Amino acid sequence: MPDTPKSFQEIILRLQSYWASKGCAIMQPYDMEVGAGTFHPATTLRSLGSRPWAAAYVQPSRRPTDGRYGENPNRLQHYYQYQVLIKPSPPDLQALYLGSLEAIGIDMALHDIRFVEDDWESPTLGAWGLGWEVWCDGMEVSQFTYFQQVGGHDCHPVSGELTYGLERLAMYVLGVDHVMDMPFNDPSAPIPLTYGDVFRQTEQEYSRHNFDAATTEKLFRHFEDAEAECQRLLAEPAEDPKTAKRIVMAHPAYDQCIKASHLFNLLDARGVISVTERQAYIGRVRALAKLCADAFVQTEAGGWTPEAPAA
Amino acid sequence: MPDLLLELFSEEIPARMQARAADDLKRLVTDGLVEAGLTYASAGAFATPRRLVLTLEGLTGESPTTREERRGPRTDAPEKAIEGFLRGAGVTKDQLEVRPDRKGEVYFAVIERPGRPASEIIADVVPQVIRTFPWPKSMRWGAGSLRWVRPLHSILCLLSDEAGSQVVPFAVDGIASGDTTEGHRFMAPGRFSVTNFADYETKLKRAKVILRADERAEHIRHDAEQMAFANGMELVEDTGLLAEVAGLVEWPVVLMGEIEDRFLDLPPEVLQTSMREHQKFFSVRNPKTGRIERFVTVANRETADHGATILAGNQKVLSARLSDAAFFWENDLRVARAGMGDWLDGLKSVTFHAKLGSQAARIDRIAALAREIAPMVGADADMAEEAARIAKADLRSEMVGEFPELQGVMGRYYALAAGRAAEVADAARDHWKPMGQGDEVPTAPVSLAVALADKIDTLTGFWAIDEKPTGSKDPYALRRAALGIVRIVLAGPHRLTLDRFVDAQILRHKIAITRPKVGDDVIDTLEEILGEIAERGVFGAAFKAVTDRLKDKGEAPAEALRSVGDLLPDLSTDLLAFFHDRLKVHLRDEGIRHDVIDAALSKPPTDDLALVVARARALAGFLATPDGENLVQGYRRAANILTQAEEKDGVEYRFGADPKFAETDEERALFKALSEAEAAITPALASEDFAAAMTHMASLRAPIDAFFEAVQVNSDNQVVRRNRLNLLHRIVETCGAVADLSRLEG
Repeated sequence: MPDTPKSFQEIILRLQSYWASKGCAIMQPYDMEVGAGTFHPATTLRSLGSRPWAAAYVQPSRRPTDGRYGENPNRLQHYYQYQVLIKPSPPDLQALYLGSLEAIGIDMALHDIRFVEDDWESPTLGAWGLGWEVWCDGMEVSQFTYFQQVGGHDCHPVSGELTYGLERLAMYVLGVDHVMDMPFNDPSAPIPLTYGDVFRQTEQEYSRHNFDAATTEKLFRHFEDAEAECQRLLAEPAEDPKTAKRIVMAHPAYDQCIKASHLFNLLDARGVISVTERQAYIGRVRALAKLCADAFVQTEAGGWTPEAPAA
Repeated sequence: MPDLLLELFSEEIPARMQARAADDLKRLVTDGLVEAGLTYASAGAFATPRRLVLTLEGLTGESPTTREERRGPRTDAPEKAIEGFLRGAGVTKDQLEVRPDRKGEVYFAVIERPGRPASEIIADVVPQVIRTFPWPKSMRWGAGSLRWVRPLHSILCLLSDEAGSQVVPFAVDGIASGDTTEGHRFMAPGRFSVTNFADYETKLKRAKVILRADERAEHIRHDAEQMAFANGMELVEDTGLLAEVAGLVEWPVVLMGEIEDRFLDLPPEVLQTSMREHQKFFSVRNPKTGRIERFVTVANRETADHGATILAGNQKVLSARLSDAAFFWENDLRVARAGMGDWLDGLKSVTFHAKLGSQAARIDRIAALAREIAPMVGADADMAEEAARIAKADLRSEMVGEFPELQGVMGRYYALAAGRAAEVADAARDHWKPMGQGDEVPTAPVSLAVALADKIDTLTGFWAIDEKPTGSKDPYALRRAALGIVRIVLAGPHRLTLDRFVDAQILRHKIAITRPKVGDDVIDTLEEILGEIAERGVFGAAFKAVTDRLKDKGEAPAEALRSVGDLLPDLSTDLLAFFHDRLKVHLRDEGIRHDVIDAALSKPPTDDLALVVARARALAGFLATPDGENLVQGYRRAANILTQAEEKDGVEYRFGADPKFAETDEERALFKALSEAEAAITPALASEDFAAAMTHMASLRAPIDAFFEAVQVNSDNQVVRRNRLNLLHRIVETCGAVADLSRLEG
């Protein structure tokens, strides 16, 4: 039984080394604004097609509507998710997951871990899966999902996805009541930093920005641009005229889809999208996600081969 | 006689699916085995979060041998026909028998199917059941193609008798059956083998798994009640939650914790909802204060610290949740005390439906209708309007945003905080009712007016834009709304005729929909009609009055106006038929047949549902008596003869039956009985005492029977014949006074 970690970052480091020891490629965060770790192409796109995959990474995630100016003990508009994706899902994924909880100092002999039904669905990604939210003593600490469909494509083989809400999990493990009080680095370090030292100011700035200052006309326009660009990139022929090679631009197009999704989230936070329009916007992002998924399975990483082109 | 034990061990099965899955497993496996010729003495099925279990006792060891004879083609039939027969019967030519037939010789195949051992049949049936199991939602995992509710890990399948036990060998998608299982995930890790069901259940318990859901539930209930009692408290009963929690644990351990003082002033519904929905906690009430002061949570394991860590964790989660709730409550109260203006404004920007406008527009319509309904249900019109205007304000509150199931409940608290009258506040809570089958109907007059107006507005709106429920699709829960109206109207005590309200509200929708497309003059005219409906109570008369006025002024009605005049009555009739359908479903539960309701519905006015039901109940009661059944026979006979004669003669026999043309005593007796019955039935109908009316009808049974016994209707004497046919018409009319008996199926 490892001892209790001392800081937020130690929990992240322990998860990294645990999943590395289980054979995952430890990837880095995707360099774009996303709403959840699932949006990282290492999950969304790599869960498609027949090629095996195993990756784990931290993903900074943004939910503009959850901003509380850094005052709410649990809610943040910017937070970290830890994400694991293994394809095909191994038969002992539940045990592997429980091992990761032990690795960050949760003593299985004292706590009550439960797998409670929670079907995951991402209307913007055209994705769904079955699984659970994992409870530790009544608190949701992770989302555990077997992907069934992504971007409108059936997943074959099925990926197992684990998502840990890092702040909440860490607060629990470290026994902290307010996220801003949580030690970010080792409290005995020469310069100890709390989560608040690192993020309180940005929470305030972004809360103001997301709720009141973001220019909605520009956001609407950027949304349209991202949508058009995504569609345009995918309408290009597979063969690159300059190199005469087959280069499907699935990832650049998917970047535009991610952008559209985040812009939609910002517009939503600004309260300028009505309930009925909301569905329409979600549908537009989903249409992009589907196009990207269609394109990805036409690439080698997505299982395309010159011999068996129809993936 | 061997016993069968089957366990399908998987990752965690959703609690809500477990009981049904256990039943399905039992049904599908036993059906399969019985179909294959096996029998069994008894069956039991069980579920825990990680396993579905079936046990069959007294299974036959093998299926009986069966023999089937199939007649084939003649021996001189073409080779092709014979080959086809061989293929179909699964035999070779030398196995065929030749038997003489009338015109020659014919091949016969005698197919003998030897009995098969039970294990072989089970090995066929169980994999088939697994592959086609009717989970509400199922999934694939890994690289396989099998579907199960969550990944299936192992299959235990044993046949056991006095001599011992044997694995029934088979495999499903690489999972081979065996004789081992696992106990509790954390408290007893590792696999162990079992020999039969008794051994299985005992070893499971040793491995910290209680197999039976009812036993787990009982354990939870008992411990929770004891624990509450020992602390001078009482457990708030919640059977739904109990069943759910029993499906979340294999080894229930009950723990009780305290709710922090700072949350005790939250409305009890908030505490309960927050604890129940998010945490699956039971509420514990202090009988001295009447408040909910503690909670019970059920862990899935014992720990060395007797649950202290688990309880502390749960308590912490609860505090975080309740901090949110308290924050919402305080913010909401501020808005409420300021008069709820922020929320009412906010409803303007909430779209109810793209074609039906905003929530605020909808509230305007409901308020107008609530005013009109108010006098019919004994409510003050101003108060009904006020209640309708604030009834949905809480939809904008933070609390309802977080806990949608508290809509209405919070509305009442906030209305009170806003200083509104208790009747108005109650309407905010109760106008949503009845939400479902078991939910009560509102009874307070103001609540009634708003509840009816709300539901009528919803239904007429979707009718006006032609988005009615079809088949299983009812996304706006319109069936529930209509059933709600039916239940409210039938609960009484007020009599309501729906037509005028339906007409008025369809017209309000039409006005809202056409407003952007037409001139103000058309809208003014439509609103004039609305006023006339309130005055006259009928759309047709109101429409005519207004168009007549236009004509007098020499104006032609606008196209929009004409189309309203053409379409509205049809929509209204169609919606009324929808109410009638709901009424039938509702009364079916009461045991009243649909044709009895159809019979009652053929008497106007059919928009007065209470009257329709009174007729239907009287008729149903009457039909249950021997007199009733016989009278209907007599009625049918009369109606049939009459119809045939009318068709043959091309005339209608309606009037002028005269006793002076009666030739027999039976005829004269029937005349007399009819006159007496009619005299008694008329006042009974006037006072809507349909049961009494039917009792008087019953007195006709003997004279009618005697008449048909003794009298030949189709006499050669045309005067006598006509008179008798007219007499038959009197029977038909009198017997049909309460309901049209020709609608009865017989």
